[in-house]
Amino acid sequence: MAEAFKTLFSPGHTACAGCGQAIAARLVVDTAGANTIIANNTGCLEVFSAKYPETAWGVPWIHSLFENAAAVASGIEAALKYLGLKDKINIIAQAGDGGTADIGLQALSGMWERGHDILYVCYDNEAYMNTGVQRSGLTPFEANTSTSPIGKILATGNLRPKKPMPEIAFAHGIPYVATASVGYPQDIQRKVKKALAIKGPKYIQIHVSCPLGWRHAPNLTLDVSKLAVETGLYPLIEYENGKLTQVRKLTKVKPVEEYLKSQGRFKHILNSPDAIKLIQAIADSNIEKYGLIEKKA
Amino acid sequence: MKQFIEGSKAVALAVKLARPGVISAYPITPQTHIVEELAQLIADGEMKAEFVNVESEHSAASVVLGSTATGVRSFTATSSQGFLLMIEVLFNIAGMRLPLVMTCANRAISAPLNIWNDQQDSMTARDSGWIQLYAENNQEVVDLHIQAYKIAENKEIMLPVMVCMDGFILTHGAEVVDIPDQTLVDKFLPAFELSDKLDINNPKTLGAFADPDHYTEARYAMQVANDNALKIIPQVADEFKKIFGRVSGGLIEGYRIEDAEQVIVAMGSVVGTIKDVVDELRAEGKKAGVLKIVTYRPFPAEVVYRALKDIPQIAVLEKAVSLGASGPLHIDLKSVLCGREGKISRVSGFVIGLGGRDITKNSIREVFDSLSKEEVSCKFVGLKLG
Repeated sequence: MAEAFKTLFSPGHTACAGCGQAIAARLVVDTAGANTIIANNTGCLEVFSAKYPETAWGVPWIHSLFENAAAVASGIEAALKYLGLKDKINIIAQAGDGGTADIGLQALSGMWERGHDILYVCYDNEAYMNTGVQRSGLTPFEANTSTSPIGKILATGNLRPKKPMPEIAFAHGIPYVATASVGYPQDIQRKVKKALAIKGPKYIQIHVSCPLGWRHAPNLTLDVSKLAVETGLYPLIEYENGKLTQVRKLTKVKPVEEYLKSQGRFKHILNSPDAIKLIQAIADSNIEKYGLIEKKA
Repeated sequence: MKQFIEGSKAVALAVKLARPGVISAYPITPQTHIVEELAQLIADGEMKAEFVNVESEHSAASVVLGSTATGVRSFTATSSQGFLLMIEVLFNIAGMRLPLVMTCANRAISAPLNIWNDQQDSMTARDSGWIQLYAENNQEVVDLHIQAYKIAENKEIMLPVMVCMDGFILTHGAEVVDIPDQTLVDKFLPAFELSDKLDINNPKTLGAFADPDHYTEARYAMQVANDNALKIIPQVADEFKKIFGRVSGGLIEGYRIEDAEQVIVAMGSVVGTIKDVVDELRAEGKKAGVLKIVTYRPFPAEVVYRALKDIPQIAVLEKAVSLGASGPLHIDLKSVLCGREGKISRVSGFVIGLGGRDITKNSIREVFDSLSKEEVSCKFVGLKLG
């Protein structure tokens, strides 16, 4: 029998079955390796991985508050610089989408602007899942959440499209920005490895399905996440030094309906061609903007 | 070496002597001169430290939380609104048992907006677990900063310490201050060693979440650490005296209270003014005194009781108010003295000097005079109504 797989993110944590964030977080830390310090915002990942007196983490790991991992990581970086250890140790700050795009955005912007040598990872499951599926700035258009519910009078879900976090990161002029998806594990590993080889602030936003919040069976996590990419709704892109350098090309673009019908959070629009058309327009715009389809010569 | 310098510069020189490796701050009046001076010392190569300019006080506190957790002695400073923006992190730093030191340049809280001195800002953190030391003058400011690191880093304490100094009155006031020699400070304050830190050779999880089975014990441990601090703070002051030859710090300081019949209890720079009034009253044959609270948290209940138990008339004079109740120090003192044996007949509460209103010697005389009348719990001194 092969030697047991060694991980820096031990099993036995309390994540839900099929949690996309748990899979992605393990890929991130195992790719980064033991010479890594992690600062983690409050959120699902923090709660299910670090409940006293147990921990899933095999690297030095710190949790302080909901919105300050980027600043805490900045302090760790400054301390390592002072100690002359910075070049030997990776620093990762990580959070969910609310901790990144909403309450933690100011601290994150500061971290980017100051040029700290830190990789920031956002696990984007598109709502405040830890507190019971409330909408965040990264909740997609029309998603039914507990604070953008389908009511008798207001029968639409979330009224706004996702905040363009990768572009906001890009606008800070940082050397590396990428999106990834838990549906593509090797792509996550490649991007984390690449990011950690670059000096300065890096941002990776990983789309991670939440079976509970998205309302799909726990065994479909990777399939549903893949569909978001295959429809053009979650383009996988890389910006390096101010330029769009790589995108994951789509060989066959799937209609957004396939993605929408895989999850209960979009159930209310499945009989509404107009709403589906608006979401298809978001996917089409992404395909055009990032050149997701290979143009034949 | 004795120097005629501004209080903020004195703080910067004291902090430099403590050899912090990371400093982070965000500008707010009247704290700014402190961090400007530190930035200059670093820029001039007179001090080796990383200075992190952040986008808010919330992040300033978070940066030094991270650097302290990495095992590097750190420093921050703030005031007023910045203090309030920091406060979520301040509670967290104490709960994580990180021995940070900060300066609060005391300033009023908005609204109405006001940049001048009172102590409402640091008072809002009295339940945070931070040790709070209040300075009377800039010599004490220097001495308390050096002692603060030694108190915070004591293994029986491991709590952060804030040195509170009255904004403008002390931060922008210049006086002669003895800045200790580096060799003596190094003797007094050993290098910082943190056992539970972020270290790739010994990976630990910091800031774990605690369910109802564990949370109470974590908070109880902080209460025990506060009790320990009440024993250790006087020891630190004794050691300071041995090395630097100066009495400074500790829990309380009584001035002419031994045979006093009227005593004002106060904190910070106003104590100096009260001492002058006490001298005048004594010259007039009145038995007046003043009790200075240096360590406000943990509250030194027993030593305060012993100092005051035979004083018939006590006034608490403070630059903060728990709106809807009375001054925080007044509330603390009442709880300490209530039902205890002694000659105390009244403990009156007075609020004074809010938002930088000058505290005159006459207004302090009024407080002494009114002590022989009925007890009051929250009298605003010098109100201009109508």
